[in-house]
Amino acid sequence: MVNLRDLGTTEVNDWCPGCGNFGILSAFKSALVELGLEREQVVIVSGIGCHGKMVNWVNVNGFHGIHGRPVPIAAGIKLANPDLRVVVFSGDADCYDEGWDHFCHAVRRNVDITVIVHDNMILGLTTGQATATSQVGFRSKSTPFGSVVPPLNPLAHAVVAGGSFVARGFAGDPKHLAQLMVAAVRHKGFSYIDVFQPCVTFNYLNTYEWFRQRVYKLEDAGHDASDRQKALEKCFEWGDRLPIGMFYREDRPTYRDNLPQVKDKNLAKLSLKNIDISSRMESMK
Amino acid sequence: MKVNDFSFLIGGEAGAGITRSGSLFAKACMRGGLHVFGTNDYQSLIRGGHNFYVGRVGTEAVYSQADRLNLLVALNAETVMLHKDELVSGGGIIFDEADVALAAQKLDRTDLRLYSVPLRKIVVDELKEPHNLIMRNTVALGAAIAVIDYDFGLLEEILNETFKKEVAELNVKAAQVGYRYARERFGNDFEYRLAKTSVAGRRLIYLSGNEAVGLGALKAGCTFYASYPMTPTTGLLHFMAENERDYGLIVLQPEGEIAAINMIAGVAFAGARAMAATSGGGFCLMSEGLGMAGMTETPIVVVVGQRPGPSTGLPTYSAQGDLRFVLHASQGEFPRVVIAPGDIEECFYETMWAFNWAEKYQLPVILLTDKYLAESEFSVEPFDADRVKVERGDLATGEYVDPDEYKKYRFTENGISPRMLPGTRGAVVRANADEHNEFGFTSENPEMTARMIDKRMWKLQYLAKELEERNIEAVKVYGPEEAMATIVSWGGTKGPIREAMRLLAAEGVIVNFLQLVYMLPFPAARLRKILEKSKKTIVVEHNSTSQLSGLIREHLLKDVDHRILKYDGRPFNPGFLAERIKEVL
Repeated sequence: MVNLRDLGTTEVNDWCPGCGNFGILSAFKSALVELGLEREQVVIVSGIGCHGKMVNWVNVNGFHGIHGRPVPIAAGIKLANPDLRVVVFSGDADCYDEGWDHFCHAVRRNVDITVIVHDNMILGLTTGQATATSQVGFRSKSTPFGSVVPPLNPLAHAVVAGGSFVARGFAGDPKHLAQLMVAAVRHKGFSYIDVFQPCVTFNYLNTYEWFRQRVYKLEDAGHDASDRQKALEKCFEWGDRLPIGMFYREDRPTYRDNLPQVKDKNLAKLSLKNIDISSRMESMK
Repeated sequence: MKVNDFSFLIGGEAGAGITRSGSLFAKACMRGGLHVFGTNDYQSLIRGGHNFYVGRVGTEAVYSQADRLNLLVALNAETVMLHKDELVSGGGIIFDEADVALAAQKLDRTDLRLYSVPLRKIVVDELKEPHNLIMRNTVALGAAIAVIDYDFGLLEEILNETFKKEVAELNVKAAQVGYRYARERFGNDFEYRLAKTSVAGRRLIYLSGNEAVGLGALKAGCTFYASYPMTPTTGLLHFMAENERDYGLIVLQPEGEIAAINMIAGVAFAGARAMAATSGGGFCLMSEGLGMAGMTETPIVVVVGQRPGPSTGLPTYSAQGDLRFVLHASQGEFPRVVIAPGDIEECFYETMWAFNWAEKYQLPVILLTDKYLAESEFSVEPFDADRVKVERGDLATGEYVDPDEYKKYRFTENGISPRMLPGTRGAVVRANADEHNEFGFTSENPEMTARMIDKRMWKLQYLAKELEERNIEAVKVYGPEEAMATIVSWGGTKGPIREAMRLLAAEGVIVNFLQLVYMLPFPAARLRKILEKSKKTIVVEHNSTSQLSGLIREHLLKDVDHRILKYDGRPFNPGFLAERIKEVL
């Protein structure tokens, strides 16, 4: 089983000092230790953005893909080799802007992967532009007079699209976040955690302090995560109080569960010899 | 009387079962020991419009449709008006007077035989199927068999094999009524006939280019197929989906082409063989994913079936306008292989090679077809399923025990790094679409950047060398070495070119034909050798800028002598092509 030391890499971390991503990184490493997995059992997939660098800093299998596309890459990996635990790290622009269509359909498809979104409500690596989760009035380099578009409500969308595990964490509370990650990886089906991740360089509004004043834990508030209607209500709670924790969870068959032809089959480990196509050709005579 | 050299056309509205009828008729011919080629022409609509299926039947291999028809089966008036002038003298039209009142004068063709069959009335009154007017096509097929004096039992056999019992019985009955009606009324006056040969029976297979690619993929061990429907490769999606359960594969129709190519990249990274298919428009969306596969050295196979562009263009017609596009698509420089099958056998065997090259050299491979090749159907000998063996390259399984960490992008002499799959005990496998070092960690180091680009590009040179050393037919030559001219082409024009060569040879005009199968790596050396001996070079292509001529100029510093280009969405007819060739000789 992996320990924290084994999970580090030789690469120098170049996130800004104090970046919310550190909380996510440390939470993920602790979660892996708690899950008791081996390094080779885990694949992390990331898109493009500050979050994307996770692949350089966690010493497990990785696929640092392209902007907006980590979710379909991860789905492919898991569908081929169901023995792997596949975790996507994405960002609010990566997942909710460029990759939004993939996200919606992945939720619906319920492929057994985990998607963790570093949601800092801004594009960091391109030096500060608005994203789908930026607040109305938010000033950035691309919205110097304030964003005029209401932000997306990704959690509500996920619940409506049939999400089987919808949660939100806060990078400023890595212990709580790690527990959500453990549950997410253990969940059979598509598990999704949106993470409030303060960007200390470009997001002047949604700071650690701003979040700390507002977040509260759903489990402390007696929320029933098996109730879809209640979950939706919680998704729409936005303002002085921001819920984190498990919003909604249900067990339903994964995409692969519904494919009898690949039941108990690992596509990555099949022999490709002696495949017989003679009967198929016979039917073409 | 002319026996076993026959062309037919079945036409009608969309939704009238035209393609199915054409295929059934073709298979009945094939079962009688004859060779058949069939191609469909349809518009981008579901009902109405004009659809047709053209077939050509002969005793030897048939590579394309002919210029002229012997028999027209018209399920509506439009079919008659649009195609009557394609009929040879003495040709016949099977039609329904309820659709069109035909008279020789009105047709302006007094040399045709008119076979009026009350198709609609038969379906309504005799078969008692007033709500099943699609059955008109089967009645007409029965009548056609009678007119050409062919063996009705063969059609019956095919109908029984194609449909479920109840539907088959109804179809056989419909065909019988049509057959008897024509037998009784028209006698034996048609001069074009088909006759069962000595090699009749279950021998050849009849399939489309799409199906041949699909069969090749199944045999190659492709277990994951993701595609968003797009003509002309939709048929491949259907084929793979049909076979999903029998062959234990996952066929997934995702939210679009971007998802498709990223999914197959994920599957291939995990270690299974995966493919996606699309047309030019979908391939536009796949371009970034293609580059990612190149950069991460992920072995994927993408089928691009060309249709006329730009943009939506003519969605259901054919073209060869995307050669330059697939050669250059996506930003930056990375190695890729582009294979352009030209016939049904190549669709099968080259698909198997495509998977081998993808895995052996860890790069994306594009199979470039076109609507004409992908959707036309050919009768051929069953494929030799063992001709191309599965080769997976340097793929290690089992535990990784080296004390040093595994390097996914290890520098080697030929640029190919030993491949391990995620999940291998002891190894961390890291792919990276950012520039990276040997471990797959992001690197912006200038030396590392240049070395990695070289590493990736070397692979293509070694692949070219392997093609050469193993005598893989990257280029094929047809016809005698001594010829008045060399036709140079690629892809789906092959069939009409080979037919045109037959026509020309019969007139004593001898040309040979150089077919490029591999467009990348471009087989420049072999091409040069052949073209040096050629008296005259004529490039034949379905595009307006002669993209192949440009490639020849680029690689050989040589201009071709003539170009015969057609870019109206329709395939070359062999007679038309032969005439054009004679003009430039």
